[in-house]
Amino acid sequence: MPESRQPVNVRSSQPLGQAPCGFRGRVDAIEVPVATTGLPAHEIESRLIELGFVEGAHVEILHEGAFGRDPIAVRVNHATIALRRREAMAIFATADRPA
Amino acid sequence: MSSVTAASAWHLALVGTPNSGKTALFNALTGSRQKVANYPGVTVERKAGLLQTPAGRSVNLIDLPGTYSLRGRSPDEEITRDVVLGRVASESAPELLLCVADATNLRLSLRLVIELKRVGRPLVLVLNMFDIAQRRGVRIDLDRLSAELGIPVVTAVAVRRDGTRQLLGRMDEIANSRLGAPGENTWQPPTPADLRAAQREADRIIAAAVAMPAKPDTLTTRADAVLLHPVAGLVILLALLFVMFQAVFSWAQPLMELISSGFAALGLAAHDLLPPGLLQSFVQNGVISGVGSVLVFLPQILILFLFILLLEDLGYMARAAFLMDRIMGSAGLHGRAFIPLLSSFACAIPGIMATRVIDNRRDRLTTILVAPLMTCSARIPVYTLIISAFIPARHVWGFVSLQGLVMFGLYAAGIASALGVSFLAKHFLWQEHETPPFMLELPDYKLPRPRAIAMGLYTRAKMFLHRAGTTIFSMMVLIWFLASFPRPPEGATDPAINYSLAAMIGHALEPVLAPVGFNWQINVALIPGMAAREVAVAALGTVYAIEGGKEAAEQIGQALASKWSLATALAVLVWYIFAPQCASTLAVIRRETGSWKWMAVTFGYMLALAYAASFITFHVAVALGAG
Repeated sequence: MPESRQPVNVRSSQPLGQAPCGFRGRVDAIEVPVATTGLPAHEIESRLIELGFVEGAHVEILHEGAFGRDPIAVRVNHATIALRRREAMAIFATADRPA
Repeated sequence: MSSVTAASAWHLALVGTPNSGKTALFNALTGSRQKVANYPGVTVERKAGLLQTPAGRSVNLIDLPGTYSLRGRSPDEEITRDVVLGRVASESAPELLLCVADATNLRLSLRLVIELKRVGRPLVLVLNMFDIAQRRGVRIDLDRLSAELGIPVVTAVAVRRDGTRQLLGRMDEIANSRLGAPGENTWQPPTPADLRAAQREADRIIAAAVAMPAKPDTLTTRADAVLLHPVAGLVILLALLFVMFQAVFSWAQPLMELISSGFAALGLAAHDLLPPGLLQSFVQNGVISGVGSVLVFLPQILILFLFILLLEDLGYMARAAFLMDRIMGSAGLHGRAFIPLLSSFACAIPGIMATRVIDNRRDRLTTILVAPLMTCSARIPVYTLIISAFIPARHVWGFVSLQGLVMFGLYAAGIASALGVSFLAKHFLWQEHETPPFMLELPDYKLPRPRAIAMGLYTRAKMFLHRAGTTIFSMMVLIWFLASFPRPPEGATDPAINYSLAAMIGHALEPVLAPVGFNWQINVALIPGMAAREVAVAALGTVYAIEGGKEAAEQIGQALASKWSLATALAVLVWYIFAPQCASTLAVIRRETGSWKWMAVTFGYMLALAYAASFITFHVAVALGAG
């Protein structure tokens, strides 16, 4: 699906899977690294989109688990989604500028 | 379309994302006029109900499994897709789709609506929980939303008595108008690009028609700050489970005593009414005391389900899955397995059926494999009986009942062994298998609705009573027969049961089970106990009642305490942690996995664990002087 990909701004964009609790930002791209999970990349991508992770969505990491800070609870626009950091590595986001 | 016969009902289907309140709406629309069955060939639950519109049109409504799209990632979602597309042969294609959305959280539902529009069937968007949305300051321009989507939009409050009036009225309007005519089906399984485009379109429509409040639901945010806290959250979850089990053990007590004394009185009445002999023995010992000793556990089962239903309705279950994901994951289980496994505490059958929410087959199989290790309510009778007979009713640390503590320990042992078995399965059964993703929506907290809870409890009670009335009753008759025939010979000096078929079976099993400390009476009870675990208690009662006369029947516990050593009692308790499960659980495993192999695997490994663990327990206890 190359036409749907947006160029990732290398300098400011970071994978949500590495962001700390409290991170707020906007999604730049959903790009599933090949062969990182049990499912095909396009399936992971579809599931992330179905839960509202699309380019432009506002995300905020609200909570994280006790062990390995995993999984994370992410506010996506107006809904809260729980997912593991491994899958969140496919979500690239740019942090909001401090107001 | 709808003119097959003028009198035939109008076929409507409810679709929606998980957490949209779809089932609450279904219950509000159909009330008690609903039927739950299975779709042919698959094990997906089919919920259908009847209702009447204000104009008197009769409607056949089906509630389809919740889904985010029609891609069909699990058997449940495939059913939703196939029914919506009219591909299920046994099902009339729906003449109108009602897409249910949570009005406070429209984003994902609108994407589904955009996908559903391609199917070409008449479609209505139902904004459920509209009252909550208004209270929270969500402003929805209904006309604009309807215009943008190109379909009618109706609001509803499923939990309020007249909250579905507008929806019902709209159904009539649609039935009478051109809106009810189907269009062309252009649906194709969406690619990620399609999904992305649809979500962008949904976001554009939301921006145009919906004004969200600046702040999210503050109550949910504040509650989650504590309940999802890495440390406090886990502590609260454990405390909650602990309270749950203490409640099951102590709250139910007065009701249970009432039921058991009621059945005892009934038995005595039957005894006085009938002439002495075989019939009297059958009615009093076989039927009344048999069924009574199982029915007595209804209060405990209801209390457990009350907790599960309340937590589910509150929105806490998804949080529990979040908190448990890492712990479950390290044991090779999916975070979503938490809910099926928690349901298995009530009964493994609904638990195993609930594994359908896990879309990966291997994860699902692992969950099914270990679900029977969760202490189901059918074990409660066995545990209760033995604990109250052998564990003193003392309090430790001033407030914790020792009996409750032992009960908690048995539950904990079940959980630990389930984690152990799934860990082994992960590393030996599916070595090359990668863990699939855990992704779950955490819905806003909602106050549980008493009516929905009452309805859920009613269904559970009915299921249990039905089981007690059929399977368990016939088992009781069989046991009574085994324990009563053949009759003792003339001039026999031993108790009658020593000459019966039951004794023969019990004695035959002795060489095998003596090493774990079981006497032949226990062996007799184990056999019907495999058909349904709770029957073991009634069987012990029958065996000892017939052996020792009326006093023993009234006090099975006392009889056990005088006849078993502590080591034997502990070995029986431990046996029942693993207890090769009841026939109905095995049947459900066979049905859900579609293979005899998995049923045999489950039965075999549990039997092996039960034997090994009882063996160790018995010998350790004897060595410590409890023999």
